[in-house]
Amino acid sequence: MNVEQETGQKEMELNPAQTKEAMDLQSKTPKVDRENRETVGDVRVDDPRMRCTDINVHYGDKHAIKGLNLDVGKKEILSMIGPSGCGKSTFLRCLNRMNDTIDSCRVTGTIEMDGVDINGKSIDVVPLRASVGMVFQKPNPFPKSIRENILFGPRIHGLATDKDDLEEIVVNSLKKAGLWDEVKDRLDQPGTGLSGGQQQRLCIARTIAVEPEIILMDEPCSALDPISTAAIEELMLELSESYSICIVTHSMQQAARVSNRTAYFHLGDLIEVGTTDQVFNAPLHQLTEDYITGRFG
Amino acid sequence: MQIDILFITLMLLSSAAFFIGRQRASKIVQGQIQSLHSLPSFYGFFAAIWSGLPAILLLAAWVVFEPAIITNIVIANLPEHITSLGQSHVNLVVNDIHNLTLGNLTATEPSAEIIAAADQYKSLQATSHMLLTIFSLLLVFGFGLVSVRKIHPQLRARNVVEQVIKVFLFLCACIAILSTLGIVMSVLFESIRFFKMIPIDDFLFGLTWSPQTAMREDQVGSSGAFGAIPLFTGTLLISFIAMMVAVPVGLMSAIYLSEYASTKVRGIAKPLLEVLAGIPTVVYGFFAALTVAPLLRGAGISLGLDIASESALAAGLVMGIMIIPLVSSLSDDVINAVPQAMRDGAYGLGATKSETIRKVIFPAALPGIVGGILLAVSRALGETMIVVMAAGLAANLTANPLDAVTTVTVQIVTLLTGDQEFDSAKTLAAFALGLVLFVITLLLNVIALRVVRKYREQYE
Ligand SMILES: Nc1ncnc2c1ncn2[C@@H]1O[C@H](COP(=O)(O)OP(=O)(O)O)[C@@H](O)[C@H]1O
Ligand SMILES: [Mg+2]
Repeated sequence: MNVEQETGQKEMELNPAQTKEAMDLQSKTPKVDRENRETVGDVRVDDPRMRCTDINVHYGDKHAIKGLNLDVGKKEILSMIGPSGCGKSTFLRCLNRMNDTIDSCRVTGTIEMDGVDINGKSIDVVPLRASVGMVFQKPNPFPKSIRENILFGPRIHGLATDKDDLEEIVVNSLKKAGLWDEVKDRLDQPGTGLSGGQQQRLCIARTIAVEPEIILMDEPCSALDPISTAAIEELMLELSESYSICIVTHSMQQAARVSNRTAYFHLGDLIEVGTTDQVFNAPLHQLTEDYITGRFG
Repeated sequence: MQIDILFITLMLLSSAAFFIGRQRASKIVQGQIQSLHSLPSFYGFFAAIWSGLPAILLLAAWVVFEPAIITNIVIANLPEHITSLGQSHVNLVVNDIHNLTLGNLTATEPSAEIIAAADQYKSLQATSHMLLTIFSLLLVFGFGLVSVRKIHPQLRARNVVEQVIKVFLFLCACIAILSTLGIVMSVLFESIRFFKMIPIDDFLFGLTWSPQTAMREDQVGSSGAFGAIPLFTGTLLISFIAMMVAVPVGLMSAIYLSEYASTKVRGIAKPLLEVLAGIPTVVYGFFAALTVAPLLRGAGISLGLDIASESALAAGLVMGIMIIPLVSSLSDDVINAVPQAMRDGAYGLGATKSETIRKVIFPAALPGIVGGILLAVSRALGETMIVVMAAGLAANLTANPLDAVTTVTVQIVTLLTGDQEFDSAKTLAAFALGLVLFVITLLLNVIALRVVRKYREQYE
């Protein structure tokens, strides 16, 4: 229901000319039938950071991701949308093997990162998770000081031991996360004492502190107010100059505002991938159109 | 009428009032229940309460006061030569009279005066019961009739019933609180009596404990020293040993169960631990005394150590085993209360399982764990059966776990078992010890509960 409302807002925001053009495009392009679950659109990019091939995920008997192929490009923001329960989080968690922490979860297929299959048995998840960071739906700072929250990652990965180096990491990460000015006088106070939006930026800073190459964000703004959301979206755009970002969002406006490419999921299938413009203005698949026009939610 | 039969009759009549009241309520509105203020059954309860409650209260008051009043009347009628013998003699006589009326054997062959008094007692009792029957039946019918007649559609029967229920529940809560208060008061007053005989600082800071007081002036070896320090140190020593066993083992097993064990292992291991908690302490007691103590002694001999057969070590070890499930289940609770999001956050940054536990989960759960340990300590201090069976009676002032020591609880038990006068320093000492134990465990519990609650609030 949530989605329907937002779709309505989304359509109101689009400028009339664009909408008209989109309508023309829509009426011209023949839609792929609802029953067809082959992915439409271009799943591959040139020179990908990550390349997923034939990913299947099962929770016990439940088939949560069905034969998915998708690339994550360098320095791009890839957004994943779709009705809830369609497997967006599950897919995201494949990318840094967070699904390993769930007993009943089995992942098959290959996920190559810079040419190496991270799903291989010989891969150590510790450095993997350092280079593929994750930000969660609900801000989850540790019940420690702001400084210690930032230093948690660098300490366990042994990135620095020198006191000055550590302090530099703290300052740089907070600056990149746009939180420095707000917390520079209270680095020793608990991170849990910040506001929701600040906590989420602290979690992003904590992730940046280990210098990842990719940042995964699972509905990072769904627990936040509009102002904090705007701050985080701006931050994402800045971060995408140096990192790849994969974001799951239930807000189509957000996907439209920040992402370069959009992937639409439906009941465990990847239905459509394309540039954000194309997916929102001229979806190729009937299910995608149903979803973004609010006929399905 | 007999009191119990009368009581049942009253209850039956009041249930009848329920049905009458309910019936009347629906009849008044010709079955249109919506036009009643409350549901018909509330009118039924209204009638039942009004007819039953006053009579039951009267019955209760009667039962409480009747014996004392009748006894006083009978005493007043006793001949001069009995009453002149003094209070304690009168008490004996009254005892005999009571026994006679109940048809029991009396201590001595009853004299004619006493038989007469017993007869008088019986006839007074019969009269009183008759009066009670008449009054209570009058009350039931009177109030029952009035209340049923009071029923009309606007009567707020529901509010009245809810109010009565509230008062009833309040009284139940009062009973719980008052009885606790009563126990505390009685311990307190007996302790004060004790401290009138033995100065409080001699008790709290004295170094010798030898509670045998002399019966005769010339008796030897009965110094009657009431210095409780050896008991305190003994209690602390055994509790300390117990915690040394229970805290690490309990905590580690909680961490294993909540973080490492698969659902299957957890499903088997948790109930097993709970079985450990269900073993009666007396079983632990003889396990300590008959299995562990001889074992330790044997081991000590082969190592050239002299271990007392009632060593603090044996009692402490077994007490520790007993407390393991307490520590582990409390810690398991707090560890599970640490939100999954904390674990995800740590794993997401590349922390390993043990790093996550050491650096995130354990610090986050620490206040709760400390609270749980404090509760376990207070349990250890108050534990009685194991130490009665496995720790000795010798009040040694020592920190050597291989020696025999005694504890506060053991001494309370020994002071109060067997034939005792209840006003000697020896028996009153038990109350003083109990008071100390009570105050310490109360403090520990209050602190522990506060710590745990604080911790809960932290995660909503
Ligand atoms: N830990 C889990 N155990 C079993 N099933 C799960 C688990 N997590 C997710 N699922 C199932 O997998 C499907 C996809 O879930 P998820 O990836 O969380 O969806 P989304 O993030 O798109 O809302 C859902 O049907 C959900 O019920
Ligand atoms: Mg999700």
